[in-house]
Amino acid sequence: MSTIPIFADENWRLPSRGRVAMFCLIIGESAIFTIFVVAYVYYIGRSTYGPTPQILDVPVFNTICLLSSSISIMLAERAIDRGRIRNFGAWWGLTMLLGIVFLTGTAIEWKRLIFSDGLTIRTNLFGTTFYSLVGLHATHVIVGLLMLSLVMIFTLLGRVEQRHAERIQVLSLYWHFVDAVWVVVFTVVYLVGR
Amino acid sequence: MADQTFPIPGTLDAGRSRGAALLEWLHSWVVTVDHKKLGILYMVYALVFLLVAGSEAVAIRIQLAIPNNHFLSPELYNEFFTMHGTTMVFLVGMTFIFGFGNYFVPLMIGARDMAFPRLNAFSFWMTAFGGLFLYFSFIGGFGLYGMGSAPDVTWWAYAPLTAKAFSPGHNTDYWALALIVSGFGTLGAAINILATVFSMRCRGMTLLRMPLFVWLMVVTSGDTLIVITPLTAAQVMLIIDRYLGGHFFDTQAGGSATVWMHFFWIFGHPEVYVLILPAFGIASEVIQVFSRKAIFGYPAMVAASVGIAFVSLSVWAHHMFTIGMTSVSNAFFALSTMMVGIPTGIKIFNWVATMWGGRIRFATPMLFCTAFVFQFLMAGLTGIMLAVAPWDWQLHNSYFVIAHFHYTLTGSFVFCIFAAIYYWYPKITGRMLSEKLGKWHFWLFFIGFHVTFDTMHFLGILGMPRSIYTYQADRGWNTLNMIVSAGGIIQAIAVLILVWNMMDSFLHGAAAGNDPWDAWTLEWSVPSPPPAYNFATDPVVRSRRPLWDLKHPNDPDWKYER
Repeated sequence: MSTIPIFADENWRLPSRGRVAMFCLIIGESAIFTIFVVAYVYYIGRSTYGPTPQILDVPVFNTICLLSSSISIMLAERAIDRGRIRNFGAWWGLTMLLGIVFLTGTAIEWKRLIFSDGLTIRTNLFGTTFYSLVGLHATHVIVGLLMLSLVMIFTLLGRVEQRHAERIQVLSLYWHFVDAVWVVVFTVVYLVGR
Repeated sequence: MADQTFPIPGTLDAGRSRGAALLEWLHSWVVTVDHKKLGILYMVYALVFLLVAGSEAVAIRIQLAIPNNHFLSPELYNEFFTMHGTTMVFLVGMTFIFGFGNYFVPLMIGARDMAFPRLNAFSFWMTAFGGLFLYFSFIGGFGLYGMGSAPDVTWWAYAPLTAKAFSPGHNTDYWALALIVSGFGTLGAAINILATVFSMRCRGMTLLRMPLFVWLMVVTSGDTLIVITPLTAAQVMLIIDRYLGGHFFDTQAGGSATVWMHFFWIFGHPEVYVLILPAFGIASEVIQVFSRKAIFGYPAMVAASVGIAFVSLSVWAHHMFTIGMTSVSNAFFALSTMMVGIPTGIKIFNWVATMWGGRIRFATPMLFCTAFVFQFLMAGLTGIMLAVAPWDWQLHNSYFVIAHFHYTLTGSFVFCIFAAIYYWYPKITGRMLSEKLGKWHFWLFFIGFHVTFDTMHFLGILGMPRSIYTYQADRGWNTLNMIVSAGGIIQAIAVLILVWNMMDSFLHGAAAGNDPWDAWTLEWSVPSPPPAYNFATDPVVRSRRPLWDLKHPNDPDWKYER
């Protein structure tokens, strides 16, 4: 029995609590999106009157903006990991800009749908499911932008340093999630459902 | 304000009035971020609502005790059974498990606090606000002029009853909004527990050395993440329907009431596992300590718990056999429901095997857990009966179903919560609960439980449907209903004994010391109540029973444990 190993206690390392918590939040959020996506898919073509998904235009430019923001935030993460704060600020700002362009694109799309096509959330079942699913995603983009701008303010004030890299990466996880969800929403709403 | 002085800790406070001291004490509870204080807040909150929802149950039973009764008005009756269900599940069950989880998970894994203390406080106050908001419905709106606008659409709130046309006023809104708010609190608590367990364990506390209660809290929190959120999503849809004129559940416009059922039960069925899994954890701790044996088949217990969590995600539509699903769906959900019996059976055998050959001490916690094992077995057996679709077609929405789920939630969950209260009260307060009153509590509650819920099975088989206001005298249900109601009163008396016991023992109970039960997990290594910092030095763990190793240096567990 003398060969029982004493536990390898010298390198007792545990995962970062921020990362674990953010992954958990993402799992929970995914469940919320799943329910809305399922509702959207189930109700495709079940509207008894009013506009149909054929009135939608595929938002290609919007999608390119949002997806490339994932790349720019990754470059920002890499920059702060190496301590290049100015680079970090530039990439971070670009990420925010791309997010804002995405939201503006959504706003223009919705304006057209509401005022030229007469589709609102109460018009018919398609309107209800479309605005709630795309709106749920847009809400997440807005929340993400609020958090990004908080970091941006601190960066401009010179308070962000290399030691904050991990927190920045945790926050970026959320942004990546918002982008990944858009892939699903885009596929379901604009490719499959149209 | 330049000349304002700030109190310095430790200064003379002889001049302070008692009122100021009381205010400061209350303030310390409101601003606390200590996991132990928040755990106590959760538990007190749950206990208060247990009494409230219990009173509602007693009122329901008085109404049903004799035929053609008018003890409650029909409107109030609907509100009472809706609020009883909603309160017991969301405000009592969830808060009890997160209360015990908050208090004991960090202590059991040798951490000094939760991973996110402030998120922890936020979660509690969100939950608290949700509960108070739900109960504000009794007086809010036009409440004071009538019966109140408390939710009256049953706790599963089927569409289209919840549509604006059929539920005018704010009854349904209180239900949805209160649960959305408390749902965010629950989500925060679950995230916190997971982050704590994965990132805050003391040295040597590997995942497979964690106490089973911690494991079950992990499983249940993981389940919570993907179970509570669909309910939140569905309730958001409901609010969109009611306030923005949406059509999700509006059958006139192509919407579907069945979709609400699916969304609700995707939440609703795993939810009962979210409640019962920590109860399994409590039973696993109590049974091993009071049988004086290490738990039988620890890895199997862990695997079975994770298995239950997974299987529970694919059984929801067994609540919907009567809506006319395809026979393939019926068969799938019948079989997947029966599959729950496999991991659950493993657990029951392991508890019995732990007791087998042990030197069992029948203190009050062990009495509750022993009763739990057998009652849970019964609950599982009626569960398998209801999983058979044709059987369910006969008994759906009858008192048989009520009896079945009260066997799981009262006979199993509440019994384990009572066991946990008797087991951990000494650690939380530093004083023992009276064993004599505890035995009275146990036997009265045990007898009352069986009088009520055993009898209910027969009422269900005789065809009495659930949620009815009253019934005709010639249906043959009179005697049985009277017996059920009498059992309810006995249970109420038993719970009052518990409350009295907790208050009296808090002032006059015997001092507990660090380790009154001669237990083996880390929370018993610190004083009772534990200091704010939990552990003076970070503990180091080498086996599943760290305190056994400390007490028996010549025969430690880590020599044998694999």
